[in-house]
Amino acid sequence: MAEIPHLLVHEHDDNVGVVVVEGLTKGTDMLCCVTHDNSTFRLKSEADVPIGHKIALKDLKEGDTAIKYGEDIGKIIADIPKGHHVHTHNCKTKRW
Amino acid sequence: MASKYSNITVQAYRRENGRVGVRNHVVILPVDDISNAACEAVANNVKGTMAIPHAYGRLQFGEDLEVHFRTIIGAGANPNVAAVVVIGIEPGWTKRIADGIRETGKPVAEFSIEQKGDFETIRAASWAAKDFVHQATEMQREECSISELWVSTKCGESDTTTGLGSCPTVGNMYDKLLPEGITGFFGETSEITGAEHICQKRAINEEVGERWYKMWKAYSEDVIFAHQTDDLSDSQPTKGNIEGGLTTIEEKALGNLEKIGRTSQYIDILEPAEAPKSGNGLYFMDSSSAAAECVTLMAAGGAVIHTFPTGQGNVVGNPIVPVIKITANPRTVRTMSEHVDVDVSGILRREMTIDEAGDELIECIRRTANGRYTAAEALGHREFSMTKLYRSA
Repeated sequence: MAEIPHLLVHEHDDNVGVVVVEGLTKGTDMLCCVTHDNSTFRLKSEADVPIGHKIALKDLKEGDTAIKYGEDIGKIIADIPKGHHVHTHNCKTKRW
Repeated sequence: MASKYSNITVQAYRRENGRVGVRNHVVILPVDDISNAACEAVANNVKGTMAIPHAYGRLQFGEDLEVHFRTIIGAGANPNVAAVVVIGIEPGWTKRIADGIRETGKPVAEFSIEQKGDFETIRAASWAAKDFVHQATEMQREECSISELWVSTKCGESDTTTGLGSCPTVGNMYDKLLPEGITGFFGETSEITGAEHICQKRAINEEVGERWYKMWKAYSEDVIFAHQTDDLSDSQPTKGNIEGGLTTIEEKALGNLEKIGRTSQYIDILEPAEAPKSGNGLYFMDSSSAAAECVTLMAAGGAVIHTFPTGQGNVVGNPIVPVIKITANPRTVRTMSEHVDVDVSGILRREMTIDEAGDELIECIRRTANGRYTAAEALGHREFSMTKLYRSA
């Protein structure tokens, strides 16, 4: 891949991706790569998001399920517009 | 079927019981916390020995005491240990531990402190330790197959990059080396929560999978739900995990399970610090997800090399088992490179495949087995932490 991706997504079903570069700023035209088959797409970041943190790939609503690895990783507890930061302030475990 | 991994050999120590070790420690091993001082004094007297001080060992009972005995005996019995001087406060439990280690056939000497005091004990134990050092320093490495190694894994200070890079690297290594005949360990019972449906299916058969699920469920009910005071935020995931971008236990668990690769299946389940008895293959050990506790239990189970994926930069080591650190996080590589043995950050840049990363890890295992120090060894990380199931009597 000539250009280094900004965001990696495990599976096509996922609705969140992981920032893999340091210092990502709001408004970046991100190169996103689905690691399952190395397919790519582009998405605009709507916030400054630290490396390792997640970004919503589509509009997520309170009560939705966050999907990563093609699996349920928790519930969305506040609306998250596409391109915004997904973390403990808007996503929570269903387990304990 | 022969593969390009079938002919990899390492220069290692073949022990009396046939197991293969990659280090040649002479260990001064306390039975209990109050014997630490005598052990440290002996290690100070005799160069080339190492004391392994630890907490606990008095007034334990039941299953908690069994875990303690298994951990101490297992540490001494580990093939990375050439010989052991055991010191305890009284002779009964001291003999039990020494006899447990003696089953391996390696040299063991035991000493107890009551009726003698520290001075006399240290004097007598130092003579034994000096004799053992002379024996150990004459032992030679010999050619062994990489398939004879027992390799454990547990990740720490995980973040989202561990599930993308460093854990799949370990998984790729297992997918390649388990078919060659190595024995592997994974565990971290609480940290499978959210991926238990997947883990159960990775058992060799339904019966093992059901036993695994019962063990996982018992832990959740008897420990987590019995003792929790909140949603475990800051504990599981940890504050470091959250700083690294992990939001929930489910997300952490799915990344964690990447360590057993795509095709590997576990053949049996082990109690904490229990040695495998079902032959070569992958085992799940019921264990804490705390780094030092888990590595200590797996070392007691007989692992001679530990592979440790990290995201945010866990610095753990172990006194008897070399701990290989693997990270895919470029910030950790930039800020903490003295702790990193295998840099797989190229996976995140799509410059390196998981297959290539797995081969790099296998090469690092080979060199480590030959004697090359890991970062944790060079930096003196010797964390030895006992697992405690409940309060002592």
